[in-house]
Amino acid sequence: MSTTTAHPPPRAVAVTGFWHDAAYLAKRYPLGVAGAIIMTLFVLAAIFAGWVAPLDPFTTNPRASLAKPSGTHLMGADMMGRDVFSRMIHGARISLAVSIGATLIGSGFGAALGLASGYIGGWFDLLVQRLAEVMQSLPLLVMALVITASLGPSLPNTIIAIAIPLIPTVARVIRSNVLSLREMPFVEAARATGMSEFRIAVIHVLPNTLAPLIVLATAQLGSTILTEASLSFLGLGVPEPWPSWGRMLSESAAEYVRTAPWLVIFPGLAISLVVFGTNLLGDALRDALDPRQRD
Amino acid sequence: MAPVLEVSNLSTVFHTRRGLVRAVQNVSFSVNAGETLAIVGESGCGKTITALSLMRLIPMPPGEITSGSVRLDGIDLLTLDEAAMRKARGKQIAMIFQEPMTALNPLLTIGRQIAEMVVLHDGLPRRAARDRAVEMLHHVKIPEPERRAREYPHQMSGGMRQRAMIAMALACKPKVLVADEPTTALDVTIQAQILDLIGDLRREFGTAVVLITHDLGVVAETANRVVVMYAGRKVEEAPVGEVFANPKHPYMTGLMSSIPRVASARGLTGIDATARLTEIPGIVPPLNDLPPGCAFSPRCPRAVDECRVAVPPFEVKGPDHSAACWRV
Repeated sequence: MSTTTAHPPPRAVAVTGFWHDAAYLAKRYPLGVAGAIIMTLFVLAAIFAGWVAPLDPFTTNPRASLAKPSGTHLMGADMMGRDVFSRMIHGARISLAVSIGATLIGSGFGAALGLASGYIGGWFDLLVQRLAEVMQSLPLLVMALVITASLGPSLPNTIIAIAIPLIPTVARVIRSNVLSLREMPFVEAARATGMSEFRIAVIHVLPNTLAPLIVLATAQLGSTILTEASLSFLGLGVPEPWPSWGRMLSESAAEYVRTAPWLVIFPGLAISLVVFGTNLLGDALRDALDPRQRD
Repeated sequence: MAPVLEVSNLSTVFHTRRGLVRAVQNVSFSVNAGETLAIVGESGCGKTITALSLMRLIPMPPGEITSGSVRLDGIDLLTLDEAAMRKARGKQIAMIFQEPMTALNPLLTIGRQIAEMVVLHDGLPRRAARDRAVEMLHHVKIPEPERRAREYPHQMSGGMRQRAMIAMALACKPKVLVADEPTTALDVTIQAQILDLIGDLRREFGTAVVLITHDLGVVAETANRVVVMYAGRKVEEAPVGEVFANPKHPYMTGLMSSIPRVASARGLTGIDATARLTEIPGIVPPLNDLPPGCAFSPRCPRAVDECRVAVPPFEVKGPDHSAACWRV
């Protein structure tokens, strides 16, 4: 390439715009699209649960107790004769609210803490890391148990109880990334342009930690659903009669897996599908958000 | 003309576990507007630390600027508080780095990175800052600046990125540009283009350039004055023609005889092009364990006992030519 007069070979002028980008990304990441569709369906079902669910999820019906899947009960009925399909739809609300809420809170606080810890360093870093180690030495479930037990069972408390143990994990991953990023020449170059440390941390360092953050968050979306299930099983999750997939699964797993397997299969399937969907979406998102992967 | 940048008696040390590392000792120089001063020396001579000291980008601790002043238009940068220094960085004194591959944030477009700086210093609204970014890309002769401004660093070649770095450094029209080995990572043809560009912009904007390099070819092509550093000290200073025609310090003589044809290519007669290529034996001594006397004495072919006892003073050895050596 010479100095002024060189003309690069004519290229198609890049069309920009949301729909153009979306179409391009969709073509490039078909699996991501599949993940997005799965997640959209679940989210829509959760939002419009009242219209989608054919029956009331709370109405008991002794005659339909443990009814097999049929025209009236698409996914059968549970011991109290409540429609499993309707409960699944309403359960999506709880399960998605818990998992998305807890993941957002946990990742948000974790990322902020990790960024501060890694970037500021020194005694602050030392303190945060020791605290994180203390928290991580307790099993996740035990922590969540203690937190719900002290806050009392309710939807927001469940979300908080599940989010808090996520914070140290996220914080540590982000911190280790920040430790290497802050030594990058572009951080020093940013400093040489007179940017404040806070701006450098937010504009230059944080976006570069997005890839591991997304991977971590998608993994956590799945595991939080299961944590909620365990809490519900122990009576500390979202209180009855609100259905959650986790509790529907754990309640029936032991007792009915032989006699009424639909009570176990459908919630299990829903959980797997959401986890699968978030993973597909997360992978594609991670690549799509990295400009180096574009071209 | 009064110098824009006046550095006097600058000393920077690092407190490390292996003792005090004297990276820069009593270095003084000045640069006029529109002039280029080259600081040359091998790796580990304190060139980069000098550059970072000017910008006050030395990590403290473990680093510490122990003495001296860096006067930019009469204002000592070393006495400014951190907030005032931040305002000066980029606006008054800007820096370009050796590695154009990693000195740009991979996740932000080139235009955004330049605009970010303009917003910061000149308080322009986003849109105007973007226009300025495009204009600067045009200035550094990047073709199709409109489109390039929307691109990410990885979509550009090394030379392009270095141009973009220069565009960013000059976006706020700084009085002083510190260029730390700006062409080391680039291949030779691109190197020449970048140096020409820096020269053009220097004349156009009247920027004073401090060029840090170990490449005497680059020095011969671009510098007005040369400061030679060895082991953290200034050992020679003179106008560029004088240094190549008549090197005083044995270190400079050694450097020149280890790089062929540089001087003769310019019509200067510093070395004989048919002479055998010689190297300077040994390496730069570790800066935490300098020999007594002249730091170059262990490697110097002309060293005598005196050299190993006392540090030679930096004194005038000829018209507009100073060096620190007992033997000349």
